[in-house]
Amino acid sequence: MTDATAEHVPSGAGQGSLLAKDARTAKRNAAETRFKTYGLIAVCIGIAMLILLMTSILSNGLSAFRQTTIQVMVELPEDKLDKSGVRDPEVMAKVTTFGYKPLLRDSLIATVATAGIETDLDPKDLEALVSDESVAQLRDFVLANPEVIGQTIPVQVLANGRIDGFFKGRVTYESAALDNNVSPEQLQLAEALKEAGLLRTGFNWGFLTLPDGSDTRPEAAGLGVAILGSLYMMLIVLALALPIGVAASIYLEEFAPQNRWTDLIEVNISNLAAVPSIVFGILGLAIFINFAGLPQSAPIVGGLVLTLMTLPTIIIATRAALKAVPPSIRDAALGLGASKMQSVFHHVLPLAMPGILTGTIIGLAQALGETAPLLLIGMVAFVREYPSGPPEGLFDPATALPVQVFNWTQRSDPAFVERASGAIIVLLVFLLLMNLTAIFLRRRFERRW
Amino acid sequence: MNDMRLTERAVDQETTKITARKVQVYYGDNHAIKNVDVDIADKTVTAFIGPSGCGKSTFLRCINRMNDTISTARVTGDILIDGEDIYDKRVDPVQLRAKVGMVFQKPNPFPKSIYDNVAYGPRIHGLSSNKADLDDIVERSLRRAALWGEVKDRLAAPGTGLSGGQQQRLCIARAVATSPEVLLMDEPCSALDPIATAQVEELIDELRQNYSVVIVTHSMQQAARVSQRTAFFHLGHLVEYGETGKIFTSPEDPRTESYISGRIG
Amino acid sequence: MTISWLFLILLAVGTMAFLMARGRALASVDGDARNLHSLPIYYGLNGLLTALTPALALLAVWLIVQPIAIDASVKGSFPIGALPEGGTLDLVMSDVRRVADGLDAADAPDALSVEEAATLLGSGGVALGTTLTTEVLTAAQQYRDSRSTMNLFMVVAVLVLALIGGAWAVMRTNGDFRARNVVERGVLVLLIAAASIAVLTTLGIVLSMIFEATNFFRQYQWTDFFFSTTWKPSFSGRGGGSELGILPLLWGTLYISFIALVVAVPIGLFAAIYLSEYAGPKFRSLAKPMIEILAGIPTIVYGLFALVTVGPLLRDAIASPLGLGNSASSVMTAGLVMGVMLIPFVSSLSDDIINAVPQAMRDGSLGLGATKSETIRQVIVPAALPGIVGAVLLAASRAIGETMIVVLGAGAAARLDLNPFEAMTTVTVKIVSQLTGDTDFASPETLVAFALGLTLFVITLGLNVLALYIVRKYREQYE
Repeated sequence: MTDATAEHVPSGAGQGSLLAKDARTAKRNAAETRFKTYGLIAVCIGIAMLILLMTSILSNGLSAFRQTTIQVMVELPEDKLDKSGVRDPEVMAKVTTFGYKPLLRDSLIATVATAGIETDLDPKDLEALVSDESVAQLRDFVLANPEVIGQTIPVQVLANGRIDGFFKGRVTYESAALDNNVSPEQLQLAEALKEAGLLRTGFNWGFLTLPDGSDTRPEAAGLGVAILGSLYMMLIVLALALPIGVAASIYLEEFAPQNRWTDLIEVNISNLAAVPSIVFGILGLAIFINFAGLPQSAPIVGGLVLTLMTLPTIIIATRAALKAVPPSIRDAALGLGASKMQSVFHHVLPLAMPGILTGTIIGLAQALGETAPLLLIGMVAFVREYPSGPPEGLFDPATALPVQVFNWTQRSDPAFVERASGAIIVLLVFLLLMNLTAIFLRRRFERRW
Repeated sequence: MNDMRLTERAVDQETTKITARKVQVYYGDNHAIKNVDVDIADKTVTAFIGPSGCGKSTFLRCINRMNDTISTARVTGDILIDGEDIYDKRVDPVQLRAKVGMVFQKPNPFPKSIYDNVAYGPRIHGLSSNKADLDDIVERSLRRAALWGEVKDRLAAPGTGLSGGQQQRLCIARAVATSPEVLLMDEPCSALDPIATAQVEELIDELRQNYSVVIVTHSMQQAARVSQRTAFFHLGHLVEYGETGKIFTSPEDPRTESYISGRIG
Repeated sequence: MTISWLFLILLAVGTMAFLMARGRALASVDGDARNLHSLPIYYGLNGLLTALTPALALLAVWLIVQPIAIDASVKGSFPIGALPEGGTLDLVMSDVRRVADGLDAADAPDALSVEEAATLLGSGGVALGTTLTTEVLTAAQQYRDSRSTMNLFMVVAVLVLALIGGAWAVMRTNGDFRARNVVERGVLVLLIAAASIAVLTTLGIVLSMIFEATNFFRQYQWTDFFFSTTWKPSFSGRGGGSELGILPLLWGTLYISFIALVVAVPIGLFAAIYLSEYAGPKFRSLAKPMIEILAGIPTIVYGLFALVTVGPLLRDAIASPLGLGNSASSVMTAGLVMGVMLIPFVSSLSDDIINAVPQAMRDGSLGLGATKSETIRQVIVPAALPGIVGAVLLAASRAIGETMIVVLGAGAAARLDLNPFEAMTTVTVKIVSQLTGDTDFASPETLVAFALGLTLFVITLGLNVLALYIVRKYREQYE
């Protein structure tokens, strides 16, 4: 049967001196180097894309955190703002923004003149230096502080988006010459104001606190409502997905018998994890809004939809954490006469908690960045009112951070690209913080058995 | 030293294939092989025995530089095959491994057909110029591994579908297909049942006629059955090396004696 | 908020039941807890759970059933003759609901003239499909009426149930009562219920889409939907004359996904191979997290990246000079950016799969004198092939279902074209645009989104099931 004695005349590899490389080995080594280089190139492309993406977002968006304002000495005459003189806010509220507009214009002209700046702009063009929003802001300020009526006070007003863009390099004299909304003369005046120390660019708190601004007022658009809406939704997701996810995992990992129903649940969970997010939006629209009659644009609906989306992530992470607790712990508890339920709730669950929390935070981070399903449940609406505090606020209209980004990309003024990129920076900072917390939890509490 | 005398005697009798001098192996901070000197003869079966963790497999893996694949492993000293230092910078481990084949503890056929398993080595080393040539190599290798009769009708079947013993013989066929000069076997029978073990042992005895075979084994009986020379490793040291019969009947070192009589291990 | 008040009251009832049951148990053994069958807390928990679980379940069911019941009764009494021209009962009902909500919000009295109601609604900002008619107002008032009655019934029923449950639990409590066993059985039921939510979600997705898609196919030929090559919804609002063929959308979806996979699969696979087989520990510990960061970035960020950076770049550098088109949003833009998004997905899945190939395979190949790349190409990749195919299918399912990148990067024009620098559109883009527009909900232009969603769901589900099956089979092979 065997044929071991048959002399096989060897040819090729392995024969001859090891110190001399044959041509074939050299060729194979070249192929090896090539293959390795492909791998390195692939990794580098990945990293380069990350850097490119980050650079693109940062270069477009960092300027959103700076905002140009103009200091105007505003005269607030009593006869125009509060004829009655009783300083009753309800009466004063009858003076609309139309009443404040000329005040601001005249004050601006006076401020320019006092600063000794010569300009041949007509009052209307001069007024266009400041944002339309600043009139409303002035009014809100006066209504909140009635005692300033009758005085002349310095007010920091928002500069118009184009003037703001000029100091951020988005608008130039050349582009202004072609733009109907801003003229080179206005830019000159703005520069003069800057030299006079009246115009300055500072940190933009309003970007983080103000509600959305209208199409023509990018300078007044902020993330206040979006951040609040996202926060509400995250609270709902946390409050629902964590307990339900943990309960489901405990059942599947510790109690579930091997039967059809368990199999069905398992298959469903792994499939839900891969269902496109927009399908969850359709579910939210059909079930929560059309069927259950919950309001559109409300954080409660967004929170419910995101909960359903996050559940598979949390369940998968929790089950892994439960699985990592060695059976000896369960045996020890059962051996002391604890019931199965007690062994799980007293021993296994606390030991698995760091893993569960890590998974939950990662799930929340995913939910925070999710956009598509929220578009379908109407969170893309233009919302200027802050939602009230929970629980009622959960039913008020709001937007969410990623949806606000989408919303701003749909507007024509290029200043909104800056705002959208800035909003993404805010979003990424939140995600970074959440992931760092998860990494910290894992490092701090991770147990190796 | 005793063992030095033994090795010298071995060199006198036969042509030496592999010479190791002052070999040290470190895994990170762990000093796994300590100052091993050994001469392995051509056309002989040499067995490495010793308790688990004694370094016998580690030393075996040095001979075809498989330790290169472990990033923390570091080898110093000289290992020469036919007088050439295999750790020389100019030596390509790929070429070396074609010359020094290896069979592993657990049968590890590739998830390919039986034919492709055997043809893998010749293909990558370019040993055949045409299909007929390759068919020839495959058949000869399978015959040499005493497997031809069992598989000649199903060469296209997957290698993973064979029984454990057949798989291990397939791996031996795969190793001899590149026509190596040295065959390293790392506990080749530990995953096999007694009948398969007997077949593989018989095969090893036949392979001796063409190759220098080095086998690591757990089982002293196996070492006694198949090898002409035996080296006993303990805690990284080569304690004793000599004729198999002599090692098992009148060991010189007390540690060898204790191991053989079952007191350590 | 009556519901939140109801919750608070329920909570109070539950706490009472907890305290009373616990107290009664302790009292039955004269305060010596050792004589109880279970720990005192279990008696309390039994009280709490028995009081709250049925009450909350009833509340949930009631909240779901009530709108349907009221709808049906109001619908039944609506005079058919009062239907506006071309309108359907469903349309009128949505107006009725809106009017009722508006009147509730305005705290309107029960008796109102049409004019008064219209002014109230106008100031409340309620927009109606048609002008307010007497019939609609009557129906709305009837709707409000039964709703407030039903709400009252609900509160009473839920509270009574909670009280009965609590009382029963307290009555049952004595020293020999096996409270722990009962509570644990209750908890187990809750755990099962939580686990079943996954099934309910899938059921909800499937049922809602099938229901609305059926409505769509009642108004629109299914053959036209699946086989027509034109997508041209009419913008007139109330429908008619729309051409809603899915083929151009599917074409755009598949074309973009194809480009994304062409980018992501080789890069992801090679990156995984390099990181797991070649890279030193230092480089790996730096590069691997960086690639994984790409996976954690929300898709809206990729969308913006496509819109403001990649799109204009491709247009100015390639498409315009070559005369291939001058649109920044294009199949290429969306495909490339989606490919970047999928790189970490493919690479981490491949990484798992490559690592599942036993080390013995590598050793066997290297021991025969194969180089690393020969080992990878001829042994590891073939051995891992089923797993890699599964990973690619999962990536494909991701690509097909991806929304934000295509909404911002691919364009809105439905087109059957081969030029990758043209704007095309996808199934997901159209789902978003048809459901966020101002069209009427019952019109085919809106309902088509559900048919699109169902198609999308079926395709991705098929891919997922297939991929998960392949991957599972693959893993079993090496376990």
